[in-house]
Amino acid sequence: MKRKISLRINGKPYTDEVEPRLLLIHYLREVAGLTGPHIGCETSICGACTVMLQGRAVKSCTMFAVQADGREIVTIEGLAANGALDPVQQAFWNEHGLQCGFCTPGMIMATKQLLQDNPSPTDLEIRHGLEGNLCRCTGYQHIVNAVKAAAGKAGA
Amino acid sequence: MQAFEYANPSTLQEAVALLAPQRGQTDVLAGGTDLISLMKDYIHTPKRLVNIKNIQELEGIRASAGGLRIGALVTMDELARNAEVRASYKALADAAAGIPSPQIRHMGTVGGDLCQRPRCWYFRGGFGLLATDNGKPLVPDGENHYHAIFGGGPAYFVSASSLGPALVAMGARVKLVSAKGSREVAVKSFFVAPKDENTREIVLRPDEILSEILVPAPAVHSATYEVRQKEALDWPLAAASVALTMKGSVVAGAKVVMGHVAPIPWEAAAAEKALAGKTITAASAEAAGKAAVEDAQPLSRNAYKVQLASVAVKRALLEAVKGKA
Repeated sequence: MKRKISLRINGKPYTDEVEPRLLLIHYLREVAGLTGPHIGCETSICGACTVMLQGRAVKSCTMFAVQADGREIVTIEGLAANGALDPVQQAFWNEHGLQCGFCTPGMIMATKQLLQDNPSPTDLEIRHGLEGNLCRCTGYQHIVNAVKAAAGKAGA
Repeated sequence: MQAFEYANPSTLQEAVALLAPQRGQTDVLAGGTDLISLMKDYIHTPKRLVNIKNIQELEGIRASAGGLRIGALVTMDELARNAEVRASYKALADAAAGIPSPQIRHMGTVGGDLCQRPRCWYFRGGFGLLATDNGKPLVPDGENHYHAIFGGGPAYFVSASSLGPALVAMGARVKLVSAKGSREVAVKSFFVAPKDENTREIVLRPDEILSEILVPAPAVHSATYEVRQKEALDWPLAAASVALTMKGSVVAGAKVVMGHVAPIPWEAAAAEKALAGKTITAASAEAAGKAAVEDAQPLSRNAYKVQLASVAVKRALLEAVKGKA
Protein backbone atom coordinates (compact mmCIF):
# COMPACT_ATOMS: atom_id res chain seq x y z
CA MET A 1 0.00 0.00 0.00
CA LYS A 2 1.35 3.42 -0.96
CA ARG A 3 2.23 5.95 1.73
CA LYS A 4 2.10 9.69 1.51
CA ILE A 5 5.40 11.41 2.24
CA SER A 6 6.18 15.10 2.55
CA LEU A 7 9.74 16.32 2.60
CA ARG A 8 11.90 19.21 1.52
CA ILE A 9 14.53 18.71 -1.15
CA ASN A 10 16.97 21.54 -1.85
CA GLY A 11 14.64 23.87 0.02
CA LYS A 12 11.52 22.98 -1.97
CA PRO A 13 8.55 21.05 -0.58
CA TYR A 14 7.61 17.73 -2.18
CA THR A 15 4.60 15.53 -1.42
CA ASP A 16 4.15 12.16 -3.10
CA GLU A 17 2.54 8.77 -2.68
CA VAL A 18 5.22 6.08 -2.69
CA GLU A 19 5.53 2.36 -2.10
CA PRO A 20 7.36 1.74 1.19
CA ARG A 21 10.01 -0.35 -0.58
CA LEU A 22 10.98 2.53 -2.89
CA LEU A 23 14.58 3.47 -2.13
CA LEU A 24 15.32 7.14 -1.59
CA ILE A 25 17.71 7.21 -4.56
CA HIS A 26 14.95 5.93 -6.85
CA TYR A 27 12.54 8.48 -5.43
CA LEU A 28 15.01 11.30 -6.01
CA ARG A 29 15.83 10.26 -9.56
CA GLU A 30 12.54 8.91 -10.86
CA VAL A 31 9.86 10.72 -8.90
CA ALA A 32 11.48 14.05 -7.99
CA GLY A 33 13.44 14.14 -11.25
CA LEU A 34 16.78 14.87 -9.57
CA THR A 35 19.28 12.72 -11.45
CA GLY A 36 22.38 14.29 -9.91
CA PRO A 37 22.77 11.59 -7.24
CA HIS A 38 23.91 8.47 -9.09
CA ILE A 39 23.29 4.78 -8.62
CA GLY A 40 26.60 2.98 -8.61
CA CYS A 41 26.63 -0.20 -6.54
CA GLU A 42 23.25 0.09 -4.82
CA THR A 43 24.82 -1.76 -1.86
CA SER A 44 26.01 1.23 0.20
CA ILE A 45 29.64 0.80 -0.80
CA CYS A 46 30.42 3.25 -3.62
CA GLY A 47 28.87 6.47 -2.30
CA ALA A 48 27.76 7.82 -5.70
CA CYS A 49 24.25 8.26 -4.26
CA THR A 50 25.40 10.40 -1.29
CA VAL A 51 22.97 13.16 -0.27
CA MET A 52 22.49 15.21 2.89
CA LEU A 53 19.74 14.09 5.22
CA GLN A 54 19.12 16.62 8.00
CA GLY A 55 22.53 18.08 7.20
CA ARG A 56 24.44 14.79 7.43
CA ALA A 57 25.81 12.84 4.46
CA VAL A 58 24.06 9.49 3.90
CA LYS A 59 23.82 6.89 1.15
CA SER A 60 20.41 7.22 -0.46
CA CYS A 61 20.54 3.70 -1.94
CA THR A 62 20.32 2.16 1.52
CA MET A 63 17.38 4.10 2.80
CA PHE A 64 13.69 4.03 1.98
CA ALA A 65 11.99 7.16 0.68
CA VAL A 66 9.45 6.78 3.52
CA GLN A 67 12.34 7.22 6.00
CA ALA A 68 12.80 10.73 4.59
CA ASP A 69 9.22 11.71 5.40
CA GLY A 70 9.25 15.05 7.23
CA ARG A 71 12.98 15.44 6.69
CA GLU A 72 15.22 17.83 4.77
CA ILE A 73 17.33 16.52 1.87
CA VAL A 74 20.03 18.31 -0.09
CA THR A 75 21.28 16.82 -3.36
CA ILE A 76 24.08 17.98 -5.63
CA GLU A 77 21.49 20.09 -7.48
CA GLY A 78 20.99 22.11 -4.31
CA LEU A 79 24.55 23.44 -4.08
CA ALA A 80 24.91 26.00 -6.86
CA ALA A 81 23.12 29.24 -6.03
CA ASN A 82 21.98 31.72 -8.71
CA GLY A 83 24.09 30.07 -11.36
CA ALA A 84 27.30 30.26 -9.33
CA LEU A 85 28.98 26.99 -8.43
CA ASP A 86 29.45 26.09 -4.79
CA PRO A 87 33.13 26.53 -3.74
CA VAL A 88 33.52 22.74 -3.54
CA GLN A 89 32.14 22.32 -7.06
CA GLN A 90 34.43 25.08 -8.30
CA ALA A 91 37.44 23.44 -6.64
CA PHE A 92 36.66 20.08 -8.31
CA TRP A 93 36.44 21.97 -11.62
CA ASN A 94 39.67 23.91 -11.10
CA GLU A 95 41.69 20.97 -9.83
CA HIS A 96 40.14 18.51 -12.29
CA GLY A 97 39.01 16.31 -9.41
CA LEU A 98 37.28 13.92 -11.78
CA GLN A 99 37.63 12.04 -15.01
CA CYS A 100 34.43 10.28 -16.04
CA GLY A 101 32.44 12.21 -13.45
CA PHE A 102 30.22 9.36 -12.30
CA CYS A 103 31.35 9.47 -8.67
CA THR A 104 31.57 13.27 -8.58
CA PRO A 105 28.13 14.15 -7.15
CA GLY A 106 28.76 11.81 -4.25
CA MET A 107 32.36 12.96 -3.82
CA ILE A 108 31.23 16.57 -3.65
CA MET A 109 28.50 15.85 -1.10
CA ALA A 110 30.95 13.85 1.03
CA THR A 111 33.41 16.74 0.75
CA LYS A 112 30.75 19.20 1.91
CA GLN A 113 30.30 17.02 4.99
CA LEU A 114 34.02 16.67 5.57
CA LEU A 115 34.69 20.42 5.41
CA GLN A 116 31.67 21.18 7.55
CA ASP A 117 33.10 18.95 10.31
CA ASN A 118 36.75 19.78 9.72
CA PRO A 119 37.46 23.00 7.78
CA SER A 120 41.23 22.40 7.48
CA PRO A 121 41.73 18.67 7.01
CA THR A 122 45.10 17.01 6.48
CA ASP A 123 45.62 14.71 3.49
CA LEU A 124 44.98 11.69 5.71
CA GLU A 125 41.82 13.23 7.14
CA ILE A 126 40.60 13.97 3.61
CA ARG A 127 41.18 10.38 2.56
CA HIS A 128 39.37 9.10 5.66
CA GLY A 129 36.54 11.57 5.16
CA LEU A 130 36.03 10.24 1.64
CA GLU A 131 36.45 6.54 2.50
CA GLY A 132 32.79 5.90 1.76
CA ASN A 133 33.17 7.10 -1.84
CA LEU A 134 34.84 5.13 -4.60
CA CYS A 135 36.42 6.58 -7.73
CA ARG A 136 37.68 4.22 -10.43
CA CYS A 137 39.35 6.84 -12.63
CA THR A 138 41.39 9.41 -10.81
CA GLY A 139 43.44 7.45 -8.32
CA TYR A 140 42.06 10.03 -5.87
CA GLN A 141 45.01 12.44 -5.93
CA HIS A 142 43.20 15.14 -7.88
CA ILE A 143 40.18 14.69 -5.66
CA VAL A 144 42.34 15.23 -2.56
CA ASN A 145 43.84 18.31 -4.29
CA ALA A 146 40.34 19.61 -4.97
CA VAL A 147 39.29 19.16 -1.34
CA LYS A 148 42.43 20.97 -0.18
CA ALA A 149 41.73 23.79 -2.62
CA ALA A 150 38.17 24.02 -1.39
CA ALA A 151 39.46 24.21 2.17
CA GLY A 152 41.60 27.15 1.13
CA LYS A 153 44.73 25.08 1.47
CA ALA A 154 45.78 24.73 -2.16
CA GLY A 155 49.48 24.04 -2.42
CA ALA A 156 49.82 23.50 1.31
CA MET B 1 12.68 -6.45 -2.85
CA GLN B 2 9.47 -7.98 -1.54
CA ALA B 3 6.71 -5.48 -0.74
CA PHE B 4 5.90 -4.88 2.92
CA GLU B 5 3.58 -2.93 5.14
CA TYR B 6 5.27 0.08 6.73
CA ALA B 7 4.40 1.11 10.27
CA ASN B 8 5.62 4.37 11.71
CA PRO B 9 4.86 4.50 15.45
CA SER B 10 5.89 7.39 17.66
CA THR B 11 6.06 5.56 21.00
CA LEU B 12 7.84 2.41 22.10
CA GLN B 13 4.58 1.01 23.41
CA GLU B 14 2.92 1.36 19.98
CA ALA B 15 6.00 -0.08 18.30
CA VAL B 16 6.18 -3.31 20.30
CA ALA B 17 2.45 -3.87 19.77
CA LEU B 18 3.14 -3.99 16.03
CA LEU B 19 5.69 -6.80 16.28
CA ALA B 20 4.76 -10.44 15.68
CA PRO B 21 5.95 -13.17 18.04
CA GLN B 22 6.85 -15.49 15.13
CA ARG B 23 10.19 -15.09 13.43
CA GLY B 24 10.26 -13.67 9.92
CA GLN B 25 6.94 -11.80 10.08
CA THR B 26 8.08 -8.36 11.20
CA ASP B 27 11.36 -6.47 11.37
CA VAL B 28 12.44 -3.36 13.24
CA LEU B 29 13.85 -0.56 11.06
CA ALA B 30 16.18 2.08 12.51
CA GLY B 31 19.08 3.26 10.31
CA GLY B 32 18.46 0.38 7.92
CA THR B 33 22.13 0.09 6.92
CA ASP B 34 22.03 -3.69 7.44
CA LEU B 35 18.34 -4.54 7.22
CA ILE B 36 17.81 -2.94 3.82
CA SER B 37 20.68 -4.92 2.31
CA LEU B 38 19.23 -8.12 3.82
CA MET B 39 15.88 -7.28 2.26
CA LYS B 40 17.44 -6.53 -1.12
CA ASP B 41 18.97 -10.01 -1.04
CA TYR B 42 15.70 -11.66 0.14
CA ILE B 43 17.44 -12.93 3.30
CA HIS B 44 14.83 -11.02 5.30
CA THR B 45 11.36 -10.82 3.75
CA PRO B 46 9.25 -9.21 6.49
CA LYS B 47 5.53 -8.68 5.95
CA ARG B 48 5.70 -5.57 8.11
CA LEU B 49 8.49 -3.14 8.89
CA VAL B 50 8.25 -1.13 12.10
CA ASN B 51 10.17 2.13 11.78
CA ILE B 52 11.41 3.22 15.22
CA LYS B 53 13.28 6.35 14.12
CA ASN B 54 10.47 8.64 15.26
CA ILE B 55 10.44 7.34 18.82
CA GLN B 56 11.90 10.09 20.98
CA GLU B 57 12.46 7.94 24.05
CA LEU B 58 15.00 5.79 22.18
CA GLU B 59 17.33 8.76 21.60
CA GLY B 60 20.14 10.25 23.60
CA ILE B 61 23.29 9.54 25.59
CA ARG B 62 23.07 10.19 29.32
CA ALA B 63 26.15 9.98 31.52
CA SER B 64 25.92 9.87 35.30
CA ALA B 65 28.05 8.67 38.19
CA GLY B 66 26.42 5.27 37.87
CA GLY B 67 27.37 4.93 34.23
CA LEU B 68 26.15 5.54 30.74
CA ARG B 69 22.72 5.12 29.20
CA ILE B 70 22.81 4.99 25.41
CA GLY B 71 19.46 5.07 23.61
CA ALA B 72 19.14 2.49 20.83
CA LEU B 73 18.78 5.19 18.16
CA VAL B 74 22.04 6.96 18.98
CA THR B 75 24.07 6.89 15.79
CA MET B 76 27.62 5.62 15.57
CA ASP B 77 28.62 9.19 14.66
CA GLU B 78 27.02 10.59 17.83
CA LEU B 79 28.66 7.91 19.96
CA ALA B 80 32.10 8.43 18.41
CA ARG B 81 31.91 12.21 18.92
CA ASN B 82 30.42 12.29 22.42
CA ALA B 83 32.92 13.97 24.75
CA GLU B 84 32.01 11.87 27.79
CA VAL B 85 32.27 8.62 25.84
CA ARG B 86 35.62 9.64 24.38
CA ALA B 87 36.99 10.60 27.76
CA SER B 88 35.74 7.77 29.96
CA TYR B 89 34.55 4.95 27.67
CA LYS B 90 37.28 5.08 25.08
CA ALA B 91 36.89 1.46 23.94
CA LEU B 92 33.35 2.33 22.82
CA ALA B 93 34.34 5.55 21.08
CA ASP B 94 37.20 3.74 19.31
CA ALA B 95 34.86 1.01 18.10
CA ALA B 96 32.26 3.49 16.83
CA ALA B 97 34.86 5.65 15.10
CA GLY B 98 36.27 2.54 13.44
CA ILE B 99 33.10 1.96 11.44
CA PRO B 100 34.08 2.94 7.95
CA SER B 101 32.59 5.93 6.18
CA PRO B 102 30.86 8.98 7.63
CA GLN B 103 27.73 8.01 5.71
CA ILE B 104 27.34 4.69 7.54
CA ARG B 105 28.18 6.29 10.91
CA HIS B 106 25.47 8.89 10.32
CA MET B 107 22.78 6.29 9.62
CA GLY B 108 23.85 3.26 11.63
CA THR B 109 22.55 3.09 15.20
CA VAL B 110 23.98 1.42 18.32
CA GLY B 111 20.92 -0.83 18.55
CA GLY B 112 21.40 -1.82 14.94
CA ASP B 113 25.06 -2.56 15.54
CA LEU B 114 24.11 -5.15 18.16
CA CYS B 115 21.21 -6.61 16.17
CA GLN B 116 22.79 -6.71 12.70
CA ARG B 117 23.11 -10.09 11.02
CA PRO B 118 26.44 -11.81 10.37
CA ARG B 119 28.37 -10.87 7.24
CA CYS B 120 29.20 -14.54 6.47
CA TRP B 121 28.85 -14.80 2.71
CA TYR B 122 27.23 -18.23 2.96
CA PHE B 123 24.56 -16.75 5.23
CA ARG B 124 24.13 -13.78 2.91
CA GLY B 125 23.94 -16.20 -0.01
CA GLY B 126 20.99 -18.03 1.52
CA PHE B 127 22.72 -21.03 3.13
CA GLY B 128 21.58 -20.17 6.65
CA LEU B 129 23.46 -19.23 9.80
CA LEU B 130 25.18 -22.61 9.98
CA ALA B 131 26.03 -22.45 6.27
CA THR B 132 24.98 -25.93 5.19
CA ASP B 133 23.94 -27.44 1.88
CA ASN B 134 21.82 -30.60 2.22
CA GLY B 135 23.11 -30.97 5.76
CA LYS B 136 26.76 -30.65 4.75
CA PRO B 137 28.63 -27.83 6.47
CA LEU B 138 30.16 -25.58 3.81
CA VAL B 139 32.57 -23.51 5.89
CA PRO B 140 35.24 -25.92 7.23
CA ASP B 141 36.52 -26.81 3.76
CA GLY B 142 35.15 -23.76 1.99
CA GLU B 143 35.86 -20.08 1.52
CA ASN B 144 36.56 -19.51 5.20
CA HIS B 145 39.14 -16.70 5.04
CA TYR B 146 37.04 -14.42 7.22
CA HIS B 147 35.35 -16.99 9.45
CA ALA B 148 35.75 -17.93 13.09
CA ILE B 149 38.96 -19.11 14.70
CA PHE B 150 37.25 -19.83 18.03
CA GLY B 151 34.18 -21.80 19.01
CA GLY B 152 34.69 -24.94 16.98
CA GLY B 153 31.34 -24.83 15.16
CA PRO B 154 28.74 -25.71 14.15
CA ALA B 155 28.41 -21.93 13.64
CA TYR B 156 31.48 -20.47 11.95
CA PHE B 157 30.32 -16.94 11.15
CA VAL B 158 31.85 -14.10 13.13
CA SER B 159 29.79 -11.64 15.14
CA ALA B 160 29.69 -8.47 13.07
CA SER B 161 29.01 -6.13 15.98
CA SER B 162 31.60 -3.38 16.40
CA LEU B 163 30.42 -2.42 19.88
CA GLY B 164 29.88 -5.96 21.19
CA PRO B 165 33.45 -6.65 22.38
CA ALA B 166 33.77 -3.25 24.10
CA LEU B 167 30.38 -3.62 25.79
CA VAL B 168 31.21 -7.12 27.02
CA ALA B 169 34.58 -5.87 28.31
CA MET B 170 32.79 -3.08 30.20
CA GLY B 171 30.13 -5.38 31.65
CA ALA B 172 27.27 -3.56 29.90
CA ARG B 173 23.64 -4.66 29.74
CA VAL B 174 20.90 -4.11 27.18
CA LYS B 175 17.24 -3.47 27.84
CA LEU B 176 14.82 -5.49 25.72
CA VAL B 177 11.20 -4.39 25.62
CA SER B 178 8.13 -6.27 24.41
CA ALA B 179 4.39 -5.74 24.78
CA LYS B 180 4.54 -8.01 27.84
CA GLY B 181 7.21 -6.08 29.68
CA SER B 182 10.93 -5.52 29.67
CA ARG B 183 14.04 -7.40 30.69
CA GLU B 184 17.70 -6.57 31.07
CA VAL B 185 20.31 -8.90 29.66
CA ALA B 186 24.09 -8.72 30.01
CA VAL B 187 25.61 -8.02 26.60
CA LYS B 188 27.78 -11.07 27.25
CA SER B 189 24.63 -13.24 27.22
CA PHE B 190 22.94 -11.27 24.44
CA PHE B 191 25.13 -12.94 21.83
CA VAL B 192 24.72 -16.66 21.20
CA ALA B 193 26.65 -19.19 19.11
CA PRO B 194 23.74 -21.11 17.55
CA LYS B 195 23.85 -24.88 17.60
CA ASP B 196 20.96 -25.32 15.18
CA GLU B 197 19.43 -23.41 12.29
CA ASN B 198 16.40 -22.35 14.34
CA THR B 199 18.43 -20.37 16.86
CA ARG B 200 19.39 -16.78 16.18
CA GLU B 201 22.76 -15.26 17.03
CA ILE B 202 21.21 -12.91 19.59
CA VAL B 203 18.62 -13.57 22.31
CA LEU B 204 16.33 -10.74 21.16
CA ARG B 205 12.91 -12.24 20.50
CA PRO B 206 11.00 -11.32 17.33
CA ASP B 207 8.52 -9.25 19.34
CA GLU B 208 11.15 -7.36 21.34
CA ILE B 209 12.95 -4.08 20.69
CA LEU B 210 16.37 -3.31 22.08
CA SER B 211 15.66 0.05 23.70
CA GLU B 212 18.90 1.04 25.42
CA ILE B 213 22.38 0.05 26.42
CA LEU B 214 23.46 0.47 30.04
CA VAL B 215 27.18 0.70 30.70
CA PRO B 216 28.40 0.69 34.32
CA ALA B 217 30.76 3.42 35.56
CA PRO B 218 33.88 3.22 33.50
CA ALA B 219 37.15 1.44 33.76
CA VAL B 220 39.22 4.50 32.88
CA HIS B 221 41.76 2.48 30.94
CA SER B 222 39.99 1.05 27.94
CA ALA B 223 40.56 0.85 24.21
CA THR B 224 39.57 -0.98 21.06
CA TYR B 225 42.00 -1.88 18.31
CA GLU B 226 40.90 -3.22 14.94
CA VAL B 227 43.09 -4.87 12.33
CA ARG B 228 41.96 -4.24 8.78
CA GLN B 229 43.14 -5.20 5.35
CA LYS B 230 42.94 -1.59 4.24
CA GLU B 231 42.10 1.72 5.85
CA ALA B 232 38.84 2.12 4.01
CA LEU B 233 35.40 0.64 3.60
CA ASP B 234 35.72 -2.88 4.95
CA TRP B 235 35.15 -5.03 8.00
CA PRO B 236 37.93 -5.66 10.48
CA LEU B 237 39.73 -8.98 10.14
CA ALA B 238 40.20 -9.10 13.90
CA ALA B 239 39.63 -6.70 16.78
CA ALA B 240 40.10 -6.49 20.51
CA SER B 241 38.53 -4.39 23.24
CA VAL B 242 40.11 -4.15 26.67
CA ALA B 243 38.99 -2.57 29.94
CA LEU B 244 41.47 -2.41 32.79
CA THR B 245 41.04 -1.68 36.47
CA MET B 246 44.36 -0.41 37.78
CA LYS B 247 45.88 -0.26 41.23
CA GLY B 248 48.59 2.32 40.72
CA SER B 249 50.49 1.13 37.69
CA VAL B 250 49.49 -2.49 38.23
CA VAL B 251 46.53 -4.29 36.65
CA ALA B 252 44.02 -5.24 39.35
CA GLY B 253 41.47 -6.59 36.90
CA ALA B 254 41.42 -6.95 33.13
CA LYS B 255 38.71 -7.70 30.62
CA VAL B 256 39.95 -8.69 27.19
CA VAL B 257 37.37 -9.42 24.50
CA MET B 258 38.10 -10.16 20.86
CA GLY B 259 35.88 -9.34 17.91
CA HIS B 260 35.49 -10.89 14.44
CA VAL B 261 37.03 -14.15 15.61
CA ALA B 262 33.97 -16.12 16.79
CA PRO B 263 30.17 -16.15 16.48
CA ILE B 264 30.08 -14.10 19.70
CA PRO B 265 32.43 -11.48 21.19
CA TRP B 266 35.15 -13.82 22.46
CA GLU B 267 36.42 -13.39 26.00
CA ALA B 268 40.09 -14.14 26.41
CA ALA B 269 40.24 -15.47 29.97
CA ALA B 270 43.85 -16.62 29.57
CA ALA B 271 44.92 -13.10 28.59
CA GLU B 272 43.05 -11.64 31.56
CA LYS B 273 44.83 -14.06 33.88
CA ALA B 274 48.20 -13.30 32.30
CA LEU B 275 47.74 -9.59 33.00
CA ALA B 276 46.77 -9.79 36.67
CA GLY B 277 49.30 -7.98 38.85
CA LYS B 278 51.35 -6.81 35.86
CA THR B 279 52.16 -3.38 34.57
CA ILE B 280 51.27 -2.92 30.92
CA THR B 281 54.46 -2.95 28.89
CA ALA B 282 55.17 -4.02 25.31
CA ALA B 283 56.30 -7.38 26.70
CA SER B 284 53.34 -8.02 29.01
CA ALA B 285 50.91 -6.86 26.32
CA GLU B 286 52.48 -9.20 23.79
CA ALA B 287 52.36 -12.09 26.26
CA ALA B 288 48.67 -11.37 26.89
CA GLY B 289 48.07 -11.31 23.13
CA LYS B 290 49.73 -14.70 22.81
CA ALA B 291 47.70 -16.11 25.72
CA ALA B 292 44.51 -14.78 24.10
CA VAL B 293 44.93 -17.01 21.06
CA GLU B 294 46.32 -20.12 22.76
CA ASP B 295 43.12 -22.07 22.17
CA ALA B 296 42.44 -20.80 18.65
CA GLN B 297 41.11 -23.37 16.18
CA PRO B 298 41.68 -21.84 12.77
CA LEU B 299 40.03 -23.28 9.66
CA SER B 300 41.73 -24.23 6.40
CA ARG B 301 42.24 -20.68 5.14
CA ASN B 302 42.20 -18.37 8.14
CA ALA B 303 45.19 -19.26 10.31
CA TYR B 304 46.49 -15.75 9.57
CA LYS B 305 43.73 -14.41 11.82
CA VAL B 306 45.34 -16.01 14.89
CA GLN B 307 48.31 -13.67 14.62
CA LEU B 308 46.08 -10.67 13.84
CA ALA B 309 43.90 -11.32 16.89
CA SER B 310 46.98 -11.63 19.08
CA VAL B 311 48.33 -8.32 17.78
CA ALA B 312 44.93 -6.66 18.22
CA VAL B 313 44.98 -7.61 21.92
CA LYS B 314 48.52 -6.33 22.34
CA ARG B 315 47.83 -3.00 20.65
CA ALA B 316 44.52 -2.47 22.44
CA LEU B 317 46.30 -2.93 25.78
CA LEU B 318 49.06 -0.50 24.87
CA GLU B 319 46.47 1.98 23.59
CA ALA B 320 44.48 1.71 26.83
CA VAL B 321 47.39 2.89 28.96
CA LYS B 322 48.87 5.34 26.44
CA GLY B 323 49.52 8.74 27.99
CA LYS B 324 48.41 7.53 31.41
CA ALA B 325 50.70 7.15 34.38
